[in-house]
Amino acid sequence: MTATWSGRLRLILAPVLLGVVLIAFWQWMVVHFDLAPYVVPSPSAIWAQFTENLSRIATASGATATNAWWGLVIGVVLAVGWAALASSLRVIREASAPVVTAASVIPIVALAPVLYAMFGQSVQTARVMVAALAVFVPVYINTLRGLQTVAPIHRDLMRVYAASGWQATRTVTLPGALPFFFTGLGIASSLSVISALVAEYFGGPVDGLGHAITSAVSSSRYALAWAYVLGAVVTGVVFYAATIIVERIGLRNHPEA
Amino acid sequence: MSTPNESTPVPAPTSTSGAAIAVEVTGVGRVFGGRSGAVTALDNVDLTVAAGEFVSLIGPSGCGKSTLMRLIADLDQPTSGTVTVFGKPASVARENHDYGIAFQQAGLLPWRTVQANIELPLELHGTGRAGRAERARELLALVGLSDFGGHLPSQLSGGMQQRVAIARSLAESPSLLLMDEPFGALDEMTRERLQTELLRIRAETGAAVVFVTHSIPEAVYLSDRVVVMSPRPGRVQQILTIGLGAAGDRGEGIREDVQFFDQVGAVREALHGIAPAGRGMDLR
Amino acid sequence: MTSRRPSGRTRAILTGVLGIVALMAVWELYKWLAPDGGVTVGGATVLPRASDTAMPHLWEMAERAGQPVNRSSSAVPLWRAVLEAGAFSFRVAAIGWLVGVVVGFLLAIVMQRFRTARSAVLPWVVLSQTVPLIALAPLVKGWGNKLEFGSFQWEPWMSVAVIASYLAFFPVAVGVLRGLGSPEAVHLDLMRSFGIGWWRTLWRLRLPASVPYLLPALRLAAANAVVGAVVAEVSTGLKGGLGRMIIEFSQAGSSDPAKAWAPIFGAVLVGLVAAGVVALIGLTLRRYRYAEVS
Repeated sequence: MTATWSGRLRLILAPVLLGVVLIAFWQWMVVHFDLAPYVVPSPSAIWAQFTENLSRIATASGATATNAWWGLVIGVVLAVGWAALASSLRVIREASAPVVTAASVIPIVALAPVLYAMFGQSVQTARVMVAALAVFVPVYINTLRGLQTVAPIHRDLMRVYAASGWQATRTVTLPGALPFFFTGLGIASSLSVISALVAEYFGGPVDGLGHAITSAVSSSRYALAWAYVLGAVVTGVVFYAATIIVERIGLRNHPEA
Repeated sequence: MSTPNESTPVPAPTSTSGAAIAVEVTGVGRVFGGRSGAVTALDNVDLTVAAGEFVSLIGPSGCGKSTLMRLIADLDQPTSGTVTVFGKPASVARENHDYGIAFQQAGLLPWRTVQANIELPLELHGTGRAGRAERARELLALVGLSDFGGHLPSQLSGGMQQRVAIARSLAESPSLLLMDEPFGALDEMTRERLQTELLRIRAETGAAVVFVTHSIPEAVYLSDRVVVMSPRPGRVQQILTIGLGAAGDRGEGIREDVQFFDQVGAVREALHGIAPAGRGMDLR
Repeated sequence: MTSRRPSGRTRAILTGVLGIVALMAVWELYKWLAPDGGVTVGGATVLPRASDTAMPHLWEMAERAGQPVNRSSSAVPLWRAVLEAGAFSFRVAAIGWLVGVVVGFLLAIVMQRFRTARSAVLPWVVLSQTVPLIALAPLVKGWGNKLEFGSFQWEPWMSVAVIASYLAFFPVAVGVLRGLGSPEAVHLDLMRSFGIGWWRTLWRLRLPASVPYLLPALRLAAANAVVGAVVAEVSTGLKGGLGRMIIEFSQAGSSDPAKAWAPIFGAVLVGLVAAGVVALIGLTLRRYRYAEVS
């Protein structure tokens, strides 16, 4: 926002510097106090493992990311569709309210074991479903709020113009709801990765980052476990950055986006 | 949308013969029901606005002037009485797009460019792309914003946004303009400039105007007649005829005129007849 | 949802109950209509199996909750075991929530006070939520076993609380930061004209102004803390809570399918209780909640 030089410098340089300092401090701690790898491995050891096992990490990340992606797609489509229905039909809105409220405060990953029972242990469906359910909640809540937030003056205008229901939806309601939808999507994107990953702890096929981390820990390869964690961070950031880009494109005409 | 003049790019103004009546309000009352009992916003209001006439509604807060305008616009329905616009019920007039409207807030859609905002009513009523662009160009020139068609509303000052809103209200060349304190949020200098512009636009279009304001000089400067309203319940207190000449002949100079001051004094006196005097009033 | 009149409210509650009933009806209807083996398209199960082992009848779940946990003679009814586990998880989550809220609050205040701190820390706070510390749970557990400060002994549940707090601090830090920055310029100018310093402005203006942002953040933090506690129990293998119970019972799987659902309803209950507690906190701050945002 601040276009000044010092402002921009601060915006980029400050977090980078802090990151460098923290990693250097971490490295120094491990070396100086001779910390054992099971406590925490040094950043250099993690990085060495990361580069060494890059293809394995990429494969595991890919498996988790695929589940997260499908979960994201299914969750977003269902959430937006249901929110559209709920915003136009009060019965649907009120009937969904307690279930959605409950879903927003409960640990959805806890459903993983029964979902494995329902969809089978040997397929990825249960993981996709966990991610989809986790994605559904924030996208639905935010989209519905956006669809219901129309400025009174814009509502009056649409009435003045004797606009049909669909015209009002297209010109006022949908563009107005867009920022709310993207807020939900931003939350959902990193949530989808974490949910798909955590679902791997509860069973299912032997692939993915969650599985790789546990098996690395159980074979005492701690630096490798951290390297997989780094892979998870990268996956999460990629998902998040992708939604930011989509948001920028979608809201290019919206002020204060 | 099925409108009679769907195919014409820009609807022509309804022909205005001398005797034609733009707005007729007969015995109108409006009661708002609330948890703490009913509030009478308007009580037995009668008002006739002739075609091409400029009528201001003035009065302290709570006198129902905005409510009356919303009834004419069919944004609200009266509890009793009838409102007709060009001889038709208000709801029919609204569906026929017989009037243009501007509010105190510009109410532009923030994600549409200035031009797209002005085109909005035309777009909704089925005017083709070329016709819309043509009309938007004319209107941008009319309100002096020809260079700003591609801007987003957030890039414009408050006064400029309000001019866009006025241009939007004129898009379909309506024979009736409804304006609810359109200059209320602007600074005095911008306000005076836009008032003069409004007079010019009105002289060019020949539209009737119902104008809600709380500024006495503004009402006097613009109007053929000023309707003074009193609050609790909202009633028409007095209707003053302002004989300052036709809209096209009024210039900035008229603000210095003795006749102008006389009329301002007359409206002020009528308002002061309402107790408590001057509350919520702008006596500039 | 925005019904003001009492009749509208009753209607909303009734429709809400109807919604839950409808969901239950869909479950039973699906069981009745769908094939036992589910629907598979190109190797991926698209629709779940409807067999009694995969989707037990609702009444079986209810019935099972009343029966003893296991065959031992001292076994308590299943619902009691679930409630006890739920209480355990709730305590751990509550401690994690408390720690997370304090940390989040402090971070927000520091970020509000120093612009440089804000631009340096905020990106890392956002990034922190893409780090699956849950995935690190086995490592966090490792720390605990080795840590000892004098007489202080690290208990296994503390690792779980740490993970819960890690998930809880984020919404608080971001929400409170937004809230502290929410006062209008005119109010800040007023405080300046009174000649009072940053601390008193914080106390008199910024903190009260942040309440509408704080409450949704606290609610999110509570939900996150419960998720963190339950999942961390799974991955650290901590006994006594719901997470472990979910894993154990689901392993009973095909022989006792209804049993696996009991701890899941327990987790739902813990989440709702946590949200309820936050709502109670909200009641005490009612006068500051003139405009709720989230």
